[in-house]
Amino acid sequence: MRLTFDRKPMKFAAARLAGTLAPGAGAAVGPLKLEPNEPLPLPGPDWVRLTPRLSGICGSDLAMIDGTASAYFDPLVSYPFVPGHEVVATTERGKRIALIPVLSCITRGINPPCVQCAARRTNLCERVGFGHIEAGLQSGFCTDTGGGLSTWMVAHNSQLVDVPDDLSDEDAVMIEPTACAAHAALRYEGHETVIIGAGTVGLLTLAAITATRDRERSGPIIVTARYAEQRRLAKELGADIVCSSDELPRWVRSTTKSMVLGDQLTSGFRHVVDCVGSTESLQQALRVVAPGGEVLLVGMPGNVSLELTSLWHREAAIRGCYAYTRNDFAAAIDIVRRFELGRLVSATYPLNDYKDAIAHAASAGRRGAVKVAFDMRES
Amino acid sequence: MFWRGENFSLEKLPAGRSRVIYPPEPLAALEDIDGAIRHALLHPHDQDPLPALLFPGMKLTIAFDDVSLPLPKMRSPDNRQRVIEAVLDLAADAGVDDVHIIAALGLHRRMHEYELRHALGDRVYDAFHPRGTLYQHDAEDYDNLTVIGATPEGEVLEISKRAADSDLIVYVNINSVAMDGGWKSITTGLASYRSLSFHHNPETLQNTKSLMDRHKSELHKSVWRLGKVMRDCGPTVFQIESTLNTDMFPSPFDFVNKREWEWKAKDRATYLATTKSLNRTPIRLARKIFHSMEGPHQMTSVQAGETDTVHKITLDWVHKQQLVEVHGQTDILTMGIPFVCPYNPDGVMNPVLVMCMGLGYLFNMYRNKPLVREGGVIIMTHPTYRDFHPVHHPSYIDFYEQVLADTTDPATMSAKWEKQYAEDEWYRHLYRTGNAYHGVHPFYAWYWGAHGLQHAGKVIIVGGDPPTVRRLGFTPASTMDDAFEIASDVVGRSPTISHLHVPALLVADVQ
Repeated sequence: MRLTFDRKPMKFAAARLAGTLAPGAGAAVGPLKLEPNEPLPLPGPDWVRLTPRLSGICGSDLAMIDGTASAYFDPLVSYPFVPGHEVVATTERGKRIALIPVLSCITRGINPPCVQCAARRTNLCERVGFGHIEAGLQSGFCTDTGGGLSTWMVAHNSQLVDVPDDLSDEDAVMIEPTACAAHAALRYEGHETVIIGAGTVGLLTLAAITATRDRERSGPIIVTARYAEQRRLAKELGADIVCSSDELPRWVRSTTKSMVLGDQLTSGFRHVVDCVGSTESLQQALRVVAPGGEVLLVGMPGNVSLELTSLWHREAAIRGCYAYTRNDFAAAIDIVRRFELGRLVSATYPLNDYKDAIAHAASAGRRGAVKVAFDMRES
Repeated sequence: MFWRGENFSLEKLPAGRSRVIYPPEPLAALEDIDGAIRHALLHPHDQDPLPALLFPGMKLTIAFDDVSLPLPKMRSPDNRQRVIEAVLDLAADAGVDDVHIIAALGLHRRMHEYELRHALGDRVYDAFHPRGTLYQHDAEDYDNLTVIGATPEGEVLEISKRAADSDLIVYVNINSVAMDGGWKSITTGLASYRSLSFHHNPETLQNTKSLMDRHKSELHKSVWRLGKVMRDCGPTVFQIESTLNTDMFPSPFDFVNKREWEWKAKDRATYLATTKSLNRTPIRLARKIFHSMEGPHQMTSVQAGETDTVHKITLDWVHKQQLVEVHGQTDILTMGIPFVCPYNPDGVMNPVLVMCMGLGYLFNMYRNKPLVREGGVIIMTHPTYRDFHPVHHPSYIDFYEQVLADTTDPATMSAKWEKQYAEDEWYRHLYRTGNAYHGVHPFYAWYWGAHGLQHAGKVIIVGGDPPTVRRLGFTPASTMDDAFEIASDVVGRSPTISHLHVPALLVADVQ
């Protein structure tokens, strides 16, 4: 079986409306459907067939299902596609692998590779929509590769990372999102840091920063969390201060001994990591970032509306942070092992119960959950 | 009847083992207040008459208590206005030109113009404020603070430089309760933060038993030691103290001044109409109604002269009005927390102040022994909403969110957090230029309840917002019956109960 997502404008509109009323409701009325899996041809000689074991539901999947994803992605995906890019799978030879879903030059048969891929910055590939496979920024958004929400898919050899035997499937399914976090943590230099949001992205980013942090010599880390379980986990994963979003400016002010002019702190934290990506979170990030500081945007944003005068006046920067490289996966495996991140997989569902699974993932924080995944091991 | 913030409720207390402590009936007011003031200035105790202390070319500083008392605010003309006008008349007669009037705020918030006008009257305000000779004390303005000396115990007295350099300080006091007045006026009202911290700390306040009994109060002992430094090394002080009767609330709220069994049909009807109306009134409007009230607060005495002598007479008058003999302690003390305490005039009774009012002020309304036995239960009624006045109480918000999330122990918070709040430039700025309490004031408000916190086995708030009540370290209860049920874990099923009727301008002399 597989879940497919097709280009159906009316259903897309219905999903958008339903998703507005209840997060995750787009799964019931939108273009997502469950259907029998059909074999896909291997796109080339270096490609292999995979049998997904677990596949996590990502925020970008939910945005697509509820019709809130940005139109920016339209030329970067090809329909119909099977969602799912947080994948632990088995190869035909029986090896357990974690998937690096980025579809870079090498997977597309483009040689010589683009300047980014040549520099091993495959996440920034400049040929995402080209080559011998259809458009798709990652597996799970490309019609030729299939995706994790299925009983089989295809992948290029370069996309495979061996899963060590000591990691469970639950640990392994956390490797991909943790690689995103490890990539974000590369920007961490020990300065005082705010992490906005304590969903999966926020908690994993915190874990990745904690993994590299010298606590004695680094500035404090403040994490905003909305729900009790998120607060507990944030403390456990290394946050010095966990507060609600509305308490954040006061914490930053008192920690930095900042003055206040209007709503704007005169000082702030040099490093702010936005793991939400909403208008509100970004605006708050700009409010608490120090002059000359940087807001690292890790959570996937949609269309946001921002007052940018403070950014200009205080020479702050907003920097995107997308995905990962192969090196980040190596770091991610260590982080997953150290913090036993498989415990963040709060619930698994069979593909047949996809509507329940999507609804659960869309309200994960409120329901005390972190990561919700599909389990294909019994399929 | 119990206060519940900006409203009231009637609660049933178990018959046979409950008692209600009421303040005594109001004493008769002075008939000729201005005449009494003038008489006090011309016939002071242990000091020359005021005119004899005034001479041309001298520096005269008049300091006065801020609007933290009386509560609710006094019907115009305020006693401060009456006294200061009389002093200024004598100063003018003596040809004194160099007069400064200082609001003795200590670490309280600066008063708004309308509050200064209310306390001093338009005539004084318009004559002095535009010339910069009426201003508010700044405990952080170290360029304008000076050290007078130190006690053998190492306590340093540092006060307003203008006051210290004066030929005469006239301090104009209103004594609402026994805690006020005496040397506490100058050594807190005109002191620096550094100087205040010698006695406003957990250790001193845990050993202040009680705030209303100066001879068993470590705070007052420290203050009196500093007073001796002032007397020995500072300028001459001419203390003017006045006392008030217990007639606090105007119509239609005058039913709260009365004992419930003496309520007439009109009082019952007013109570019902008031509570029902307040139930439907938005909280901001209710606050506005309550804070706009002006109480009769009639003057019962006024005396002037040497600080110690004057204060002894003042305490006699306070006790004459407020002392209530009570026999024995009980297992439970109940009290309704009103909309106001000394630290939120025209503001919000935030959760920290609920603690301060209950365990600081009301619990301390005793002499000899507390009304509740050690290890007993204190039950308060108040909505205890998580609501703060952002202008008046900015550091209170951080204190609630940061400090109380970490600890409710006064000694721990003093050691771990107080310095950070004391040195925060933003709080300093807001205190010095805005209308904010000093950064450490929430600590002091919490320390104020340190003795009560240490004494009580459990503290329950009826009707409070549960998460907020828990943040204070207390136990929430939805009804008074629930509270008694919860209290039974500590005091059993048949506890004895004292209910402190509020307004509680009284000193329970517990035998």
